[in-house]
Amino acid sequence: MSTEPALLADGAVSAQRPANLFAGLARDWGVVFGAVVILVMVAIGVGAPLLGTVDPSEINPTFRNRVPGTEQVIRRADGSTTTYRHWMGTDSLGRDVYSRVLYGARISLLVGATAAAISIAIGLVIGLIAGYVRWLDGVIMRFMDGLMAIPAILLALAVVSLFRAGILSVIIAIVIPAIPLVVRLVRAIVLSVREEPYVEAAIMTGTPTTLLLIRHVLPNTIAPLIVQGTFVCASAILLEAILSFLGVGIPPDTPTWGNIIAEGRGLFRVYPHNIFFPGVCLALTVLAVNMLGDGLRDRLDPKLAKRV
Amino acid sequence: MMNTPAPVLDVHGLTVRLPGGADRRHAVENISFAVAPGEIVCMVGESGSGKSVTAHAVMGLLPREVTASAGRILLDGEDLLKKSPAELRRLRGDRMAMIFQEPMTALNPVMRVGEQIAEVLAIHADLDEKARRARVLDIIAAVHLPEPKRLIDLYPHQLSGGQRQRIMIAAALVLDPDLLIADEPTTALDVTTQAQILRLIRELQLRRNTGVLFITHDFGVVAEIADRVVVMQEGRVVEEGAAAALLRDPRDDYTRMLIRAVPSLTPPAREPVSTAPVVLATKGMSKTFTVGGWFTGRHDVAAVKAVDLYVRRGETLGVVGESGSGKTTVARCIARLIAPSEGAILVEDADVAKLGTRALRPHRRRVQVVFQDPYRSLNPRRTVGESIVEGPVNFGTPRAAAFARARELMRLVGLAPEALGRFPHQFSGGQRQRICIARALAMQPEILIADEAVSALDVSVQAQVLELIDDVRRRFELAVLFITHDLRVAAQICHRIAVMHRGEVVEEGPTPQVFGAPAHPYTRALFDAAPGRNFAFGA
Repeated sequence: MSTEPALLADGAVSAQRPANLFAGLARDWGVVFGAVVILVMVAIGVGAPLLGTVDPSEINPTFRNRVPGTEQVIRRADGSTTTYRHWMGTDSLGRDVYSRVLYGARISLLVGATAAAISIAIGLVIGLIAGYVRWLDGVIMRFMDGLMAIPAILLALAVVSLFRAGILSVIIAIVIPAIPLVVRLVRAIVLSVREEPYVEAAIMTGTPTTLLLIRHVLPNTIAPLIVQGTFVCASAILLEAILSFLGVGIPPDTPTWGNIIAEGRGLFRVYPHNIFFPGVCLALTVLAVNMLGDGLRDRLDPKLAKRV
Repeated sequence: MMNTPAPVLDVHGLTVRLPGGADRRHAVENISFAVAPGEIVCMVGESGSGKSVTAHAVMGLLPREVTASAGRILLDGEDLLKKSPAELRRLRGDRMAMIFQEPMTALNPVMRVGEQIAEVLAIHADLDEKARRARVLDIIAAVHLPEPKRLIDLYPHQLSGGQRQRIMIAAALVLDPDLLIADEPTTALDVTTQAQILRLIRELQLRRNTGVLFITHDFGVVAEIADRVVVMQEGRVVEEGAAAALLRDPRDDYTRMLIRAVPSLTPPAREPVSTAPVVLATKGMSKTFTVGGWFTGRHDVAAVKAVDLYVRRGETLGVVGESGSGKTTVARCIARLIAPSEGAILVEDADVAKLGTRALRPHRRRVQVVFQDPYRSLNPRRTVGESIVEGPVNFGTPRAAAFARARELMRLVGLAPEALGRFPHQFSGGQRQRICIARALAMQPEILIADEAVSALDVSVQAQVLELIDDVRRRFELAVLFITHDLRVAAQICHRIAVMHRGEVVEEGPTPQVFGAPAHPYTRALFDAAPGRNFAFGA
């Protein structure tokens, strides 16, 4: 029997090798911009104490509402003095806005990352079940549809009012409306992948369902989930700010970007700096996360990727 | 050739460069051929031979990165490679037209079919609304579609595949182009529909004296329709000549190999029908799908109706039929990828038709499937070794032992055992299908279901994979259920044939009997439609 050339030799044809998914990402300026901004924000959050900040909660009634760049001379007990420059001014309680914005980055990024991770973890499991267990599909998806019908803010308000206000209840409040998005995405992928012949071949070889899902179905969801994760993260950062702004989020003594903006709202016309700096940070972070997500999607989602 | 009139299409020394990083530098290299008026030139070759690139180069539809770097393409004496995009746009539709393989996607789904034909007229011809409508009705009648007046107001999804391809042909021919390029126009169609479309192209082309460049991989179609044949291999023309002569007496080795690989419609002499014990039998097996939902009316569609089949040890039963005949549903029921609605599936006298997931596990060992699409049958993220040992490991074989057996199986299917560590994308389609066979054999099954297992392969590779399936059948005394739409393939490999039509088995018997004296009218229609049936291929 004649054989195809290169059949027995080591030189099997290497046709259409799929390109490494992450190769070339560094050439996408949107991804680079997003990644750099996020890294800077993380560095700011982590390194806040080392970046010339003072206690962000320290109230100074004598030094309220100063414009950015004002210097304050601090007199110590032993008579020596130091000058401290309020780069972003002070708020209506005399707290240093610069320190508050830097410490606020911690909360925003923490909430964003945690909410994204938790909603993806929960959504992934529910989505796999909905996509694979036919009779549960209808029940789960109608429940998810119901969840999606409630505005996220309203849901978040309800959750926060049920529990004690704090970072945990804010995260829960953000995660719940994000779950249906992930579930729908995962379910759609599972529904298409389960029809693939290699999945059916795995069924024919007696692969148990759990293993089948983990080994053959799950890997297909990873790339889209990374992308979805960035978008959940961006909306989580925004939602946290909104909740804090509305005064139902993280207690006002903790510095978060939303809290700082809320605090500055009253005197916003006279002292716009109270809103300007946290606002810029918030916008920049959300923009960066979204741009990173867009770049990743172009790269990872074959349906939206530009054709060569 | 006789004293030829000036050709419609004259391709001279055409070279098309591929972008860097492709598997070869030129898609086609220095090819020359001509199409005379009223002549059908078939361009044949295996996948990757450059047929479609040639067609797209002529139409000026090459992707931006792929450029014709040398040569001339003369349409009625004008060089198309020197034309601007706007000039080409005027020529397309008017002087040259193209029909495509996939009639499902080549038509705009949100536009009535009449409008789609009228659009061609609106762009190229100066006609008023009324005259356009008359021309559209004319051409629809010319492609033998029923009730043109009603049909022009339908949307593509309301038509069958064959009807859609007729609409495509109507749109292509409505302006009487000098050149028609047909890129595998019948590949996606059933044989009976294919025969009608081929007849239609022949008829219209004769009446209008159109030159046709017909691209195909199917030598049956070539024998049916071609005046002249151009054989392509890896971007070069290896042989060209009048159809009858070339098919009977090919000169080039490659052409000879291709033609020799075309399975004959005459079944070879085989061992007499065996009396070995029956391994697999279905008794009155039916499958009904319920379509519709909560708000739309539900109705049942019977995909398979009371099918009785049996396969003996060491025997191949072919199930043939057109798309929608239920043959794949039969295979999926027997494999228990789906549950039949009624009836019994006896695997060595044990009924597996109604078993639940857990009770099915022992059954899984005994029945294995090789699927149609070699590119989707293997998990792209896992090495082929992992794919092959997955089954045995699931059933408790230690990994080392399973891998040892996998190495043996790789050798058996004609691949190097060292290749176990590679990923599927590193293999060709034929090699992947071999791997799928190895994966099936690793389970030591008694029944092997080949669901269109060679349909996606080039003819030369197809012959080798068929040989392999026959070889493992003999070696392991497998009962093989061979599902195919290709009568030639069925004739070569099957001991017995069951013909399915609309969910029912209309005829069943030993292959020579079914092929020699088909009893059922549908079977006869099917054989009549087989392209190139009256042609004895040389070589």
